[in-house]
Amino acid sequence: MQRRLLILAAALIAVLMLVLPLVVVFTEALSAGPGRIVEALSDPDAQAAIWLTIEVAAISLTVNTIFGLAAAWCITKHDFPLRGLLVTLIELPLSVSPVVSGLVWMLVFGAQGWLGPWLRGHGIGIVFALPGVVLATIFVTFPFVVRPLLPLMQSQGREQEEAAALLGAGLWRTLWHVTLPEIRWGLLSGILLCNARAMGEFGAVAVVSGHIPGATETMPLRIEALYNDFQGAAAFAMAALLAALALLTLAAKAFLEARTGRLAGPG
Amino acid sequence: MRQRAARAVPGFPLTLAMTLVWLTGIVLIPMTALALRPWSLGLSGVLHSLAEPRVLAALRLSFGTAIASAVIDLPLGLLLAWVLVRYRFPGRRLLDGLIDLPFAFPTAVGGITFTALYASTGWLGAPLAAIGISIAYTPLGILVALCFVGLPFIVRTAEAVLRDLPGEVEEAAATLGARPAQIVARVVLPALFPALVTGFGLAFARAVGEYGSVIFIAGNMPMRTEIAPLMIVIRLQQFDYAGAAAIGLAMLLVSLLCLAGIAALRRRLEL
Repeated sequence: MQRRLLILAAALIAVLMLVLPLVVVFTEALSAGPGRIVEALSDPDAQAAIWLTIEVAAISLTVNTIFGLAAAWCITKHDFPLRGLLVTLIELPLSVSPVVSGLVWMLVFGAQGWLGPWLRGHGIGIVFALPGVVLATIFVTFPFVVRPLLPLMQSQGREQEEAAALLGAGLWRTLWHVTLPEIRWGLLSGILLCNARAMGEFGAVAVVSGHIPGATETMPLRIEALYNDFQGAAAFAMAALLAALALLTLAAKAFLEARTGRLAGPG
Repeated sequence: MRQRAARAVPGFPLTLAMTLVWLTGIVLIPMTALALRPWSLGLSGVLHSLAEPRVLAALRLSFGTAIASAVIDLPLGLLLAWVLVRYRFPGRRLLDGLIDLPFAFPTAVGGITFTALYASTGWLGAPLAAIGISIAYTPLGILVALCFVGLPFIVRTAEAVLRDLPGEVEEAAATLGARPAQIVARVVLPALFPALVTGFGLAFARAVGEYGSVIFIAGNMPMRTEIAPLMIVIRLQQFDYAGAAAIGLAMLLVSLLCLAGIAALRRRLEL
């Protein structure tokens, strides 16, 4: 009796807080008919936004994975002073507002930033251009790849890597044949979450992008522009596509975690 | 011994160099810019810039709604975690997957969706408006959005501890004649308290800086529903970089202070 009541209450909370918003995204998108969605998404500015989002996410994922593996490798497989400081630096972006994550790049590369005048003199655009959007996205999403790796690689110990090294394996072979097979699911799960966050990042990108349609507008920024322009149906069409991508990511992550026999943990 | 073993794993100089270069370029330099820029106004200039009534109102609103949302999420998240760990029922896996939704949900999508849902014509907004409660374009709307983004932090931290807490302890308490309320208050909550404190801190930290989910439903009326991150955006648009950095730095320092306080509280609880 009590059990059933609690499950019912949990289901009610989940429906009101989590399911209902999802349903609203898709019904609002479909409210003007499916033809309207195709039309909205094939608009040139919409197409540009979709491609830019994919491009930015792909770049961010690649470099975050490479440097994330390097950071996790040197922190968990070696002893050196100030390891704690590196972990603090890695986690710092998590306690920063997305808007501040964009602001810091304006302070470095913006027109009145440290390097702004020099960059302007040499005709190099960082903010209000692709590099700025990529930098802001990397800043926000880097912790999502590294954080799950740290406890995972720490708990593995170093015996296997040390044995591989004794047998003459270098960094690359040890990483590829010894470490990666053990951590691949954790790594993949981090990459998936990083991907969802990269594609959906709004605040940081909004600050550095300059909102140039067709050039620096990612999908979330396009949604904002359409919505503020009273094109609700088109905004929700784009929103539904982005939400579908996020759902796909979550499903893949849940599948991975079911495979590895672990029920989802944080991050 | 340990030193020798450490040297045995290859790739230390390369990976350390990569990490240092990367973290310096991606985190250290930009964060240093944030820490230094406000002082170009001088100390009194920074204080003056932060003491502007509109900024103070925004900071109060951001921190107030963030704390309130984490407080609301505590019982909701605890209930969800309890049901997920202790009971088996159809749809449990689906519920488990749904919990992570706010982690992955694009904030701008959340923002326009909450607005549609809670506007006076929306599915939830219309019945609420009929009994005289308006959510969209009020601080309540901000609260609704923040509760959404913070929920999974509480569920996941509580869940991890609940899973390790043997059900036998609760059964033992029950056979000794404890009522359910007593079991929760005397057995379950004390064991969960440190995890709940951590979850609260994470939910708060996420909520206080949240931007995308909030700005659409907030209505952004000066002094009433402007959040602190929006004030940063406004100052940047006015080319007041130092003033924007002052708000950003103040938010970061207060957040870090809150998180340090929470970590200290947790250490004390675990002793």
